[in-house]
Amino acid sequence: MADIGLELNAGEVMALMGPNGSGKSSLAYALAGHPKYAVDKGKMFFDKKEITELTPNERAMMGLFLANQAPVAIPGLGIKSFLWQIYKKFENEKRMDLVKFRNWLDDEAEKLQLKNGLLERGLNDGFSGGERKKMEVLQMLVSKPKYIILDEIDSGLDVDALKIIALRVKKMVKEDKVGVLIITHYSRILNYLKADKVVIIEKGKVKEMGGMELVKKIEDKGFEEKK
Amino acid sequence: MSRFAPIKEESKKEKWEKSPYEYGFSSPEKHMFKAKRGLNEEIVRMISTMKSEEEKMRNFRLESYKIFLEKKMPTWGADLSTIDFNNIFYYVKATKSEGKKWGDVPKEIKDTYDKLGIPQAEKEYLGGVKAQYESEVIYGSLLKKLRDKGIIFCGMDEALVKYPDLVWSHFGKIVPKGDNKFAALNSAVWSGGSFIYVPKGVKVDLPLQAYFRINTQNMGQFERTLIIVDEGAFVHYVEGCTAPIYTTDSLHSAVVEIWVAKNARCRYTTIQNWSTNVYNLVTKRAWVEEKGIMEWVDGNLGSKITMKYPSVILAGKGAHGEILSVAVAGKGQHQDAGGKCIHLAENTTSRIISKSISLNGGRSSYRGMIQMNKGAKNARSKVVCDALILDNESRSDTYPVNKIMESEVTLEHEATVSKIGEEQLFYLMSRGFEEHEAEAMVVNGFIEPIVKELPMEYSVELNRLISLQMEGSVG
Repeated sequence: MADIGLELNAGEVMALMGPNGSGKSSLAYALAGHPKYAVDKGKMFFDKKEITELTPNERAMMGLFLANQAPVAIPGLGIKSFLWQIYKKFENEKRMDLVKFRNWLDDEAEKLQLKNGLLERGLNDGFSGGERKKMEVLQMLVSKPKYIILDEIDSGLDVDALKIIALRVKKMVKEDKVGVLIITHYSRILNYLKADKVVIIEKGKVKEMGGMELVKKIEDKGFEEKK
Repeated sequence: MSRFAPIKEESKKEKWEKSPYEYGFSSPEKHMFKAKRGLNEEIVRMISTMKSEEEKMRNFRLESYKIFLEKKMPTWGADLSTIDFNNIFYYVKATKSEGKKWGDVPKEIKDTYDKLGIPQAEKEYLGGVKAQYESEVIYGSLLKKLRDKGIIFCGMDEALVKYPDLVWSHFGKIVPKGDNKFAALNSAVWSGGSFIYVPKGVKVDLPLQAYFRINTQNMGQFERTLIIVDEGAFVHYVEGCTAPIYTTDSLHSAVVEIWVAKNARCRYTTIQNWSTNVYNLVTKRAWVEEKGIMEWVDGNLGSKITMKYPSVILAGKGAHGEILSVAVAGKGQHQDAGGKCIHLAENTTSRIISKSISLNGGRSSYRGMIQMNKGAKNARSKVVCDALILDNESRSDTYPVNKIMESEVTLEHEATVSKIGEEQLFYLMSRGFEEHEAEAMVVNGFIEPIVKELPMEYSVELNRLISLQMEGSVG
């Protein structure tokens, strides 16, 4: 990838669209600090601080959250205690006690329509694609990030699940002024979560930038890969 | 004082002070009674005399000693060539203080105690500075409850004096003195250990040793434990400690015998975390009658070399045996562990689940045997062994043996070896966790199926200990 000059502000939603293999997910991983995606050239900044050389956890602690395209399973890692540990990492001042936290968690899980008993299992262990995506959202709510990358959160989701997730993220944007980078092939999710900026990338380069009108164009004509 | 309380130190001390033994016991002023290094018939006799044993036990010891001399060292399993039998104290009885100071305890062990949040008094005990923790006062009322139900729970030495017939009904019968070289050694020089008898139909609702987490009697070098669970009774016995036990004694060779009568159930949980200079060579075996259930839950963290294969002999129809084990092999360690299930009767069932973790150049081996004798119709067994290797220097092996002499049986064996995936680490790190925290999460998840079987305080400490090991493994 080269020549990607993008800027995302607090409370802003940016959609990054492009065909398969255009480098969208690579960008997501590079931003989150995945060791497989080395950054040879260029720099990444987070709230004006350079993060190019930081480890994934350092970036996370600054307030960057990556909702993975295919979240892995960690068998035996109990979800509730895992989420409590995340919570303790991020919340210092107005921290709820464990009982309050658990109640809050059950409440949020219910709003996301996560099946009863799912939180008693190992992290993503035996979960369906949709359940995994909802778990990503739950982790996001717990860690209260400043900026979120949703890497194809819409893949493998049915319409209902997509709507629930999109609206929950929208609420975070509105209430907590979270900045969101949505990486997707499809415009579907943008019906619920409008993007302020739309960026089309192709073959690792920015092809076009604009607003929601670009989405309309893609819906009509596709990504014009033939060109 | 309850008769189940540990034998009082004072009375023993007085007894020894009055008896001038000439076999190298140091003077009472030093508060320490110690046989000379090395082993010979005289020392075996002396141990028996010190314990005022009857002829029967003395002869048992002497015969065992002869067998020990005759038996060859095992040529399979871990490397035991560096054990120097002549450089070991076979009988050490401390009084109030072994004369070791808190300052002598290695720093890394102290640090671990601190990180586990263990109180100072307990730390000193675990570090071998204090010989005995004052458990009698605290646990007296609990002991009384057990006694009221007819349960016998006392030290092995005390049991031999008070209940000789009961002891001899099974002592040395489940693990015969000639079973293997180390069982013979234990039979010759055993000292300490527990005796438990649970009468017919009595169910002990709390794990027994849970009250006695701190109890010297169970931490000797050559302890001998016998548990008899009578018909329809149930007991859960827990021994050991998740915190590292610091000892300068380099050989720990215990024997545990368990008799599970018809319809009875016994669960025996061990967590072992000896310091890494110790050879831990233990023979554990249970005999299970009709429809009885035996469960071994075994965790091995410490020691230099562990060789331990808890066994179940399913002698009665419909008997069930279960062996759950977890081993962590770090730098310089070899955990050679597993289990044995021997099916003698119809409709017997068994399950072995073994989980091992190798890191920092450690080595873990699963060694197991399933035997199904002629006549064990419809016997069923399942073996699952999963190994997790954390780095390229570490190693894991599996040595399963199946001896099947009956055709109408079912036997399943599953084995997996895995490494912690980069994707798992990245995923957890992107949630804000340090690399070693992420590793510990994956590892603790891996052993969770076993850990959840442990009493609460043990499982919590085990998880924290593994986290500490992970911290050490980074950088």
